[in-house]
Amino acid sequence: MTATLTGLDPGTVEDLISSDASLRRFLRGLPGVDQVGADARSAALATRSIKTTAKAWALDLAIRLIDLTTLEGADTPGKVRSLCAKARRPDPADPTTPPVAAVCVYPDLVPVAVEALRGSPVQVASVATAFPAGRAALPVKLADTADAVAAGAHEIDMVIDRGAFLSGRYLQVYEEIRAVKEACGTAHLKVILETGELTTYDNVRRASWLAMLAGGDFIKTSTGKVFPAATLPVTLVMLGAVRDYRAATGRQVGVKPAGGIRTTKDALRHLVQVNEIAGEDWLDPRWFRLGASSLLNDLLMQRTKAATGRYCGPDYVSLD
Amino acid sequence: MSTERLAVRKTYKLYVGGRFPRSESGRSYPVTTAPGGFLANAAMASRKDARDAVVAARKAFPGWSGATAYNRGQVLYRVAELLEGRRAQFADEVRAAEGLTKRDAAGAVDAAVDRLVWYAGWADKIAQITGAANPVAGPYFNLSTSEPTGVVAVLAPHDSSLLGLVSVVAPVVITGNTVVVLASETGPLPAVSLGEVLATSDVPGGVVNVLTGRTAEIAPHLAAHMDVNGLDLAGAPGDLAAELETAAADNLKRVLRPGAEDWAAEPGLTRLTHWLETKTVWHPTGT
Repeated sequence: MTATLTGLDPGTVEDLISSDASLRRFLRGLPGVDQVGADARSAALATRSIKTTAKAWALDLAIRLIDLTTLEGADTPGKVRSLCAKARRPDPADPTTPPVAAVCVYPDLVPVAVEALRGSPVQVASVATAFPAGRAALPVKLADTADAVAAGAHEIDMVIDRGAFLSGRYLQVYEEIRAVKEACGTAHLKVILETGELTTYDNVRRASWLAMLAGGDFIKTSTGKVFPAATLPVTLVMLGAVRDYRAATGRQVGVKPAGGIRTTKDALRHLVQVNEIAGEDWLDPRWFRLGASSLLNDLLMQRTKAATGRYCGPDYVSLD
Repeated sequence: MSTERLAVRKTYKLYVGGRFPRSESGRSYPVTTAPGGFLANAAMASRKDARDAVVAARKAFPGWSGATAYNRGQVLYRVAELLEGRRAQFADEVRAAEGLTKRDAAGAVDAAVDRLVWYAGWADKIAQITGAANPVAGPYFNLSTSEPTGVVAVLAPHDSSLLGLVSVVAPVVITGNTVVVLASETGPLPAVSLGEVLATSDVPGGVVNVLTGRTAEIAPHLAAHMDVNGLDLAGAPGDLAAELETAAADNLKRVLRPGAEDWAAEPGLTRLTHWLETKTVWHPTGT
């Protein structure tokens, strides 16, 4: 690792963001990601076999880590309410099933979710900043964010301006994240990098650092609207970034892969990576989330299988 | 230059979701001829293969049950056509598996082809037999029609490796059900070759899934599976059948008990109508 990664005090950060050039020098000076190595490491970790009691533990953990998401143009208050009911008690037939971490909706549906989740530990997350493209003027994005926060969202998922990032205007991206962070107030900020549009792992690492330097509480892979979304190697690169960032600054940042995680197997593979790359500290809803919708049903079916010994079917879980 | 060719041996795999995977477990078991000589190694499916097969069958169900009966009949007839074209290969495999004479083996293959054609013809006629316009005391049309049950798990008979298999699978799929069939444990090779025929004859992937392996190991998982709607116990050993029927009761599966069957005889409609549900619709006559 280069010297820049060990000991990054606030003064140094001030220097970094003093100009576009210095920020660019820092981000481009980050050690490159060995793409073949990252893919191979990820593939090797994906072969880990998790069984019996460890699997039962991992299934419950995965449920606790889920940001149960519905981000469709066709979302209705009724759909959000039923999703919230499912978030509180994922399996009504089994009260030992833990609730999920959060429900993630569009800003206009935040009041509905807040009302439906009152008195439960489930958080309300809202996407904002002209999700999913992020193509709007900054005042519009800030108003979008402030709206969601005012409506009671505990967490805000913002998208970065990929156009600015890819054309090297890092300072603009940085300042936008700062501004949104300010608009968030006490709400947690998750920064969506949309890794499917960043093309290289080097860019993923740069965007991760940029988002962390700008004060993001979480870095999130994707909107779920662009494919490929959350792949294992991309999450691996981001997990490495949060680990390095904590070593350099002492501040811990969370990671949220989202989009394309549909099966229990995928989820367990992500958990193995979290444990191996970032460390056990991240295996907690405060520091790691899985953005998903259909994954929960698969986890519940596996949980039922573990409890009853019988394979379960989609007739026994809710439609979503 | 030597004129001797290297033997090109066939790998017998499973047929799941229109593909030919090896068993997830990596296991295989030796298959012998009726007298006991080594024939080949067949894949020994695990419960996870059974689970995958049920998922594939469930996925294929909406498309297959939504196809017109006429279309399903044509597809099954196509299977018969292709099987007819590979009679020689199947006759050899059946002969090796069951220890029949050359003539009897060829006869069994012919009977299997004829059985497919027979069931194919029933596709667009069964609704007339099982459906009805019911008389009711009111100004209503009252119509009953039959619909497929869903995903059916079939334990194929052990003694008849091809004719028996076709006789239990064809009546399930022709009405729009999808099937996970556990092939004869002692003679699984014709079943795997039938999978090759199905794969090339317009039967959508997942409609028929063929597993090979130990009946006693796989059958309990299929019987208890909550996403399986029917269970045909044709190939269940006597002591296992009752146990499987108990396990199947958990989600009220339709169960067809094993009986003494003569696979060469005219089948009748029992197997065809067993995997149908009746839907009755009331409609005002508008008078």
